[in-house]
Amino acid sequence: MSAFDILFRPGHEIAADVRARRVSAREVTEAALDAIEALDGKLNAFTDVTAERAIEEANRVDAAVIGGTAPPLAGVPYAVKNLFDIEGVVTRAGSKINRENPPAAADASLVTRMQKAGAVLIGGVNMGEYAYDFTGENVHDGASLNPHDPARMSGGSSGGSGTAVASGMVALSLGSDTNGSIRVPSSFCGLYGLKPTFGRLSRARTFPFVASLDHLGPIARSPRDLAMAFDALQFPDPDDRHQLTRRSLDAERVLRTGIDGLRIAVAGDYFRSQAGNEALAAVDHVAKALGADREVDLPEVHRARAAAYVITTSESSALHLPRLQSRARDYDPDTRDRFLSGAMVPAAWYVAAQRFRSWFRAEMERLFETVDVILAPSTPFPALLSGTKEVELAGNRVPARPNIGIFAQPISFIGLPVVAVPVWPAGTHLPIGVQVIAPAWREDIALRVAEALHQAGTTAAPVAPIRLQGS
Amino acid sequence: MSDFDAAAHVAHMETVMALTIDEAWLPSVVANMAATARAAALVMAFELDDHVEPAPVFEP
Repeated sequence: MSAFDILFRPGHEIAADVRARRVSAREVTEAALDAIEALDGKLNAFTDVTAERAIEEANRVDAAVIGGTAPPLAGVPYAVKNLFDIEGVVTRAGSKINRENPPAAADASLVTRMQKAGAVLIGGVNMGEYAYDFTGENVHDGASLNPHDPARMSGGSSGGSGTAVASGMVALSLGSDTNGSIRVPSSFCGLYGLKPTFGRLSRARTFPFVASLDHLGPIARSPRDLAMAFDALQFPDPDDRHQLTRRSLDAERVLRTGIDGLRIAVAGDYFRSQAGNEALAAVDHVAKALGADREVDLPEVHRARAAAYVITTSESSALHLPRLQSRARDYDPDTRDRFLSGAMVPAAWYVAAQRFRSWFRAEMERLFETVDVILAPSTPFPALLSGTKEVELAGNRVPARPNIGIFAQPISFIGLPVVAVPVWPAGTHLPIGVQVIAPAWREDIALRVAEALHQAGTTAAPVAPIRLQGS
Repeated sequence: MSDFDAAAHVAHMETVMALTIDEAWLPSVVANMAATARAAALVMAFELDDHVEPAPVFEP
């Protein structure tokens, strides 16, 4: 089996072969390290390759398999956004400042869960500074590039996660999503991304951005990989006081139960009027395949986006205030000026935004009495050329950076679970994502829909056609 | 908040919050402040009943 055959396929296929001893976790890990050696110089996904640890983890998995145990993610190579603690590695969170910190004393809780499930950590990956980003650009570490067109953005802020998975260097990556940072790179890089319900997964030992809005979740090349990772990651964690107590779902078991009876709607107004042609085509393509027969308007959704914006800038800047006061010069200029203005937000604006969040949650609960799934674009357009500063939205020139996330932001604002699914509109080499939005705590519904789309070939997440040298 | 003066707000709050804004950064900080004020205006313009409270632990 060539390195290409071993590595460039969904994680669940890798795990099945490792469990059946058709290939060893060690071989898969070495293939991933070779792929990084061959590709990452061009794409800039990885900031910390943990090769020694990866070989040790792989050897342990192989020993466990020989000993008769069959961990679900056996030998699946994965990366984590570099805001996750990795024992012995400095958690840089995309910043220059945090790399002065000592190495992490222990793994993030979700890294421990992945290890228990048999996955092999290959390293930490690039991200926008302190996650305040939708581009994947970073002045300190360089931009993570889009494997489907390296002149373009990976999307952010989990940019390195998008790059690493779309290029095939790893099968899966863990990212974070505060306003869209899993869904945006999934859209730009043509991947499946799961932003679970707010409070579902432990955030222990990850660097925070906005405590009110931060989520963690996986990015992968198949819905089954998302479901398997999600199943592995759910557990009640006493180390995370923000986590909410809910019964865990068994997402993989119900993945293929189909979509019969689901009431599926397309999000109208705000989304349709601002979406570019590719985004509209992508939603229509998915809606047709699913037989979505209705359109719904999300109440005051433009205000929901605005409120998320206010909470994000004020809460994150309050966290950063001591550093902004003493060493603003050490920030990435593209995030620095947003943080500085965020430190000046009147409290009444912030509280009004938090109160509006409660109102919007109640309205959306009512809307979900009439539908089970809402479809909306993940981004208004496909991946932008790197360095793009302005875009056209509904006929207006607007700053690119904050507006990439306008469709993702109102959904994470109230913590609804979303699977971003990748569509490949005709006439372009660039993918674009569609959000499959489910009611709170029903990740299983969004994953079932994604699986049905994947099985029908309506959506797909191929490895970008950059070939390993010699394979 | 249509008459919100972002430049004046930034100049005042720079001192209040003990920040130091380099001259070269100022236009961008002011532009970001203006964008936040526009977002906040959308939120503030929507009247909420007094009993709508922020969620202390947010549970979707």
